[in-house]
This record gives sequence, structure tokens and C-alpha cells, in this order.
Amino acid sequence: MLRDPRCMNCHTVTDFPRQGDDRHRHIMNVLRGDDNHGVPGQRCSTCHQGVNQVNGVPGAPKWGLAPLSMGWEGLDDHQLADAIKDPSRNGHRTLAQIQEHMAHDALVSWAWEPGAGRRSPQISQAELGRLVQEWIDTGAVSPDSR
Amino acid sequence: MISLTINGRLEQVDLPPDTPLLWALRDHLGLTGTKFGCGAALCGACTVHVDGEAVRSCSAPIGLMDGKKVVTIEGLASSVGRELHPVQEAWIEEDVVQCGYCHSGQIMSAAALLAQVPRPTDADIDGAMGGNICRCGTYQRIRAGIHKAAEIAAGSANRVQGAATT
Repeated sequence: MLRDPRCMNCHTVTDFPRQGDDRHRHIMNVLRGDDNHGVPGQRCSTCHQGVNQVNGVPGAPKWGLAPLSMGWEGLDDHQLADAIKDPSRNGHRTLAQIQEHMAHDALVSWAWEPGAGRRSPQISQAELGRLVQEWIDTGAVSPDSR
Repeated sequence: MISLTINGRLEQVDLPPDTPLLWALRDHLGLTGTKFGCGAALCGACTVHVDGEAVRSCSAPIGLMDGKKVVTIEGLASSVGRELHPVQEAWIEEDVVQCGYCHSGQIMSAAALLAQVPRPTDADIDGAMGGNICRCGTYQRIRAGIHKAAEIAAGSANRVQGAATT
């Protein structure tokens, strides 16, 4: 689920975001920038507003990249779980805050209302929140690498 | 009713909230310097400043602009207290323009860059200007124009600083 393009396109380890189900590099030389919200002259908010646009440009509150510490590209299942649990890499969040983030954050929620015919993840956000809670309740074990 | 400041003037706009800012500017307020190129944030011709940041006005609904401070190409120079913005001066000096259609957007993006990065590198320029397309291919002149604008702005700052200390 977390490797779905709707999540991974912004949880990159590169200095740019990705787009589309094929995860191509974001067009127009869009860059991460020092604060994960673009560079001077071309910020994320230059094109992306707080809601999806009728012309197909996606939007949600606080549109931007996840910090590099939360980059998930190239991680196996074990490493991904470790990264999510590690407060030094997950924005100093507790497990409860991680669950809240995945279940209710407005930017995360965009993945299920992506607009313009974009595909949503295979499970609902409510189901994701339930599964994360179940993972936490059963010890938040990092699974064997796959 | 949406209230916003445009080029220093408070405007009341009575339009459906999903109306793109571009059409509010052009059709409702008669500010036709900002251009329609693609309507999908893919060309940059519609670039304006909203609260100091470059924004593609074709993809910015007017309903999200309440209380914002918008500057268009018409108000760029006066927004910095000049007859011509350094970017506009540089564009003339370097003879940047061919057909001109993209250049209100190019100038606005360049001005937004220089407001935050007074001495941009070529990499800074690449990052800032990558969303502004020029069918005439004036890119090398745009780059030269931005470097020239930085010099002009620095020279003006030095003149002001010199006057203040004499």
C-alpha cells in the first residue's frame, strides 16, 4: 500500500517529485528545494493549490514533498517499517501520531480523491488506518525483508 | 464576494469561487497583460505573484484568493517603486523578446526568483524558470536577462546605499 504511486511520488529520495502511475520525473524541472516545497520562483504552490482543479492539476492542503528522511524509495519491507517507526526519521512522531497521519492527514487523504481520473490506492484510507492500528497493537514488528 | 488586493488596489470580485484567477484578472478586471497559454499550469504564461510567490493564475481559483495580495505584470514595476522593474529593464537591454506572448509570465517568474535570490546561479535560474515555456526559443536571452537584472538591481541598491551614507 505504501508503495502505491499516490504515496511514493511524494516520498522520494530524489531532489524532485514523481508523477503518474509510471512514476516519471515531475515535468518542468520541478525541484524539491530546501524546505521540500520547491525552489524560489517555482514553488509547489506555484501550480498546486489547496484543492484539485478542473483542469486536472491536483491539489491539497500543504502540497509538497515528504522530507528526505521519509523517503521510501529503494527500501525493503523491513527497512520501510523501521523508517516509519523511527522518530528521528518520521518527523518525531509517535506510533499513534503515525496512525493519525495515515488515517486522517489532509494531504494523505488526497490519494483517495486524486482527481482527473487518477487511480486511488487499492484499499480505503479507513482500511489503511485500521491496518496501521492493528500493526501497532501487535507490536509494530518490522517484517522480514522482501 | 471575494476581496483581494491587486496591484495595490483593493478589489471586490463577485464571481463563482472556482473561477480561475486568470479570468478574473482578464475578463472581470480588464488586466489583460497576464496571458492564457494552456489553462493547465503547463506553460507559465499566466504567472502572477500572490503574496510574493509566483502562481499560475489559470490554476488558482478566485475563491482561494480572499485576502491575498496579487501583483500582475501591469503592477510589477510600481510594486518595487520603480518605473521599470530591473527584470523589465534587463529584458529591454538584452533584447530578450521575440513574439512576446510568454514574456509577461517569464518576467513575473524571474522577478519572483530575484526577490528571494538576488544573485541567482544558472542552476537557480533553471529551477525557477523550468515551468515557463517559450515557443520562440528565447531561453538563452532569458538567462542573460536574469543575470543582467540581478546586476541592475544590485547597482540600484548600491546607489541607494551610497546616497544614504553621504
